[in-house]
Amino acid sequence: MRNIEYYKDLIIELTKKDIKVRYKNSYLGYLWSLANPLCLALIFYFIFKIITKVQMENYTLFLISGLFVWQWISNSVLASANIFLSNASLIKKVKFPRNFLVLSLVLSEGFNFLVSIPVIFLFMLYYKYSISLKVILLLPLLLFLTGILIYSLSLIIGTLNVFFRDLERIVSLLLTFIFYLTPIIYSEGYIPEKYKFILYINPFASVAMLWHDLFLKAILNFKALCFLIFYDILFYIIATVIYKKLQDKFAELV
Amino acid sequence: MVRIEFKNVTKYYTLLNTGGIKNFLFNLFSEIKRIKNSRFLALDNISFSIFDKDVVGIIGKNGAGKSTLLSLIAGVIKPSSGKIKVYGRIAPLLELGAGFHPDLTGYENIILNGILLGMTKKEIMKKIDSIIEFSELGDFIFQPIRIYSSGMLSRLGFSIAVHVNPDILLIDEVLSVGDMKFQEKCINKILEFKKIGKTIVFVSHDIGTVKKLCNRVLVIHNHKLIYDGKVEKGVEIYENL
Repeated sequence: MRNIEYYKDLIIELTKKDIKVRYKNSYLGYLWSLANPLCLALIFYFIFKIITKVQMENYTLFLISGLFVWQWISNSVLASANIFLSNASLIKKVKFPRNFLVLSLVLSEGFNFLVSIPVIFLFMLYYKYSISLKVILLLPLLLFLTGILIYSLSLIIGTLNVFFRDLERIVSLLLTFIFYLTPIIYSEGYIPEKYKFILYINPFASVAMLWHDLFLKAILNFKALCFLIFYDILFYIIATVIYKKLQDKFAELV
Repeated sequence: MVRIEFKNVTKYYTLLNTGGIKNFLFNLFSEIKRIKNSRFLALDNISFSIFDKDVVGIIGKNGAGKSTLLSLIAGVIKPSSGKIKVYGRIAPLLELGAGFHPDLTGYENIILNGILLGMTKKEIMKKIDSIIEFSELGDFIFQPIRIYSSGMLSRLGFSIAVHVNPDILLIDEVLSVGDMKFQEKCINKILEFKKIGKTIVFVSHDIGTVKKLCNRVLVIHNHKLIYDGKVEKGVEIYENL
């Protein structure tokens, strides 16, 4: 019993710390977490809607719902590379479940995403969408499934980066690459049939499609859901195996 | 009652010094072999037992393996061979500010650090007034700790660690910070711990404090345990190394 209470306290306090620390010394606080995706949305809107005049319905809402999720993914994955190294003094001295550092990182970034959802709702209202109960009820499920994927990938990257520090650079490069291979700034319908397979080998594509369909069509994309669950299980197992095998060495190497 | 038991414990550290990714990929097999073989001995076949009421000083020259021994007790690293058994709750006394976040207040750091040291939130809230009082930080407790002096940080760290109510307290060279008065208070606290039967493992170069606190010393020399026993004898051996 004590253990469950303890782990609950540990994860809550670590996450609270991450959230508090992020904007402790800035005046605009929460607004900064909106600034980045909104700014990107503006750029892509300008390029695709105004310059190249791509025909897409409700492109603004489409962009925003994708970019906010992407921010959760990319912030977590990028920060996870260094998470064990930057907590070296702690890892060297105290025995505690180190994967909780990654978990709290993903949760605090997830919290960021959660508090940006009202902004998406505002855009929905502006474009005369109704926010159905179904959308709100599906939120927890999608948050959970997206969170598992981000946590698993972050744990893999954080763990391997202790041993192979070049990974951090590789990850930041790859992320840029994957961003454009994920239907975030274009919808999957634009992808030529020949390249459709990318949608299935890229786990983030399922994430993007799920969230787009939720906000723009108020439906649960069942195919994407199945793919995401598959990738969740796959990466969760890989992450657990790698972490279990290598964590004993952390204190020596960070 | 046995608190800590080491049986033929040997510890090697792996040296992870790759010659860069290019070198690594071009000579994959020889590189993997090299990494596997490049290790150095930190502790060689160490056995001892520490019991309730023991206040054990670990002394030895720099690089002898004292801190490795402490990390093994804390369970943050694993031995390469041999067995380690630890019974009871451990509280390591952290280096200056380890696990603290500079932008959080002293108060917030007490909660965070207390949890990392194994307390639940409920336990911490019960003890927080007493932690603050012991640290003598007064109103500074509501300031971010980046403005604290090193003495204030170590006072806060020490206060938290002793309030974890550990069965085993691990101290690594940290008592030397803080002013005379606070050092004395720490030593009194440790003596109080000793009186109620707690186990304390204490790594230090400060022979004076070791003599004052400990009832037993382990002398580590060249990664081996060369003496385990009375304080006077151990100190004599250490001074003649």
